[in-house]
Amino acid sequence: MAETKNITDKDIQSLVGNLLRTGVYISMGIVVFGGMIYLYEHGTEKIDYAEFSFNKVSLKTVEAIFANVLTFKGAAVVQFGLLMLIFTPIARVLMAIVSFFLEKDYLYVVIGLIVLAIIMASLSGGFAH
Amino acid sequence: MSVLLFTLIVLIGAFLAGFLGSLTGLGGGVIIIPLLTLGLGVDIHYAIGASIISVIATSTGSAAAYVKEGLTNMRIGMFLEIATTVGAILGAIIAVYLNAAYVAVIFGCILIFSSIMTLKKKVDHTTLDYTSKGAKFFKLNGSYPLNGMVKPYAVKNVAGGFFMMLFAGTLSGLLGIGSGALKVIAMDNIMRLPFKVSTTTSNFMMGVTAAASAVVYLHRGQIDPGIAMPVCIGVLIGASVGAKVLVNAKTDKLKMIFAVVVSILAIQMIYKGLSGGF
Repeated sequence: MAETKNITDKDIQSLVGNLLRTGVYISMGIVVFGGMIYLYEHGTEKIDYAEFSFNKVSLKTVEAIFANVLTFKGAAVVQFGLLMLIFTPIARVLMAIVSFFLEKDYLYVVIGLIVLAIIMASLSGGFAH
Repeated sequence: MSVLLFTLIVLIGAFLAGFLGSLTGLGGGVIIIPLLTLGLGVDIHYAIGASIISVIATSTGSAAAYVKEGLTNMRIGMFLEIATTVGAILGAIIAVYLNAAYVAVIFGCILIFSSIMTLKKKVDHTTLDYTSKGAKFFKLNGSYPLNGMVKPYAVKNVAGGFFMMLFAGTLSGLLGIGSGALKVIAMDNIMRLPFKVSTTTSNFMMGVTAAASAVVYLHRGQIDPGIAMPVCIGVLIGASVGAKVLVNAKTDKLKMIFAVVVSILAIQMIYKGLSGGF
């Protein structure tokens, strides 16, 4: 049946595979870059991880991370890279939804949208408190 | 300890965790958490936040390869992701209210369970019995390449697999691990998938599942750049090297040794949790 469709499962597989790999490379590159700045800034300081406190990490939301990444502070760049890493599998879900739509598999468009909605609800920060 | 020294130690530790985790199939998260908490005195909340980030990195990296080979059943993955993401968020929320000591004890138990699972001989449960209505409705039955041929398989007990995945997702979110062992049980034993399909599909889902709980942890301030940075870099490099070595390595003995080491770590986590060390 695959030949009657313009887009096949095989195309989707290849596309998704490439997206995942590229996403990991880019985000890890950002993390390494930010990590070097971070060590340059804080390398000689003492670590303080023995006790968890909500206020120790300042960049906790998507908005705050985007607003601060261009300061090129180490912590901000690392958080930005980590956020890109978190976004990679989410982008994969988005791409799969589009692909299933083009493949006219509407059941899986709906299933993909449900998964996306769950993650988006979490991204809005509603579950953290 | 200075930040620089801490970063170097964690980088090396995370590399080893990723390397051994990929060789034995146990995953990097289950080793990095005891290393950070027992070894370096890091609060378990930070350890879990860093670990979940490393889970995203490694699973996404290897999922890329598996998806292209056509081993992953993307429909099963997407369908079960509803269960794992709901579970992951649930787990991350429970973690907020649960005492760190309990988290440590549960972690230890899952660690022991997972290491036993890696030692157990796998029994092939695959079937060509296409009677499951759920599998038909959700178009889950599939096929995969094996020795140059295309081998079909039928999926059973979709509801059972779905609920097991909800549980696996909850533990993943609660403990900051991929919980691959549980996911594979749901797919091998309950849904009757072939190993190659279940392990790769479990890997495929792990990234989204971990992303769902990572977001909760981010908002909670549990993802500290100073810890997450060396952890995810080290684990990812270690896992990539491990995957390359895996092709030629005899892993039976290694798995055995590793299971013992991991169980000792697990017992320490449980002991420290029960004795109020967290």
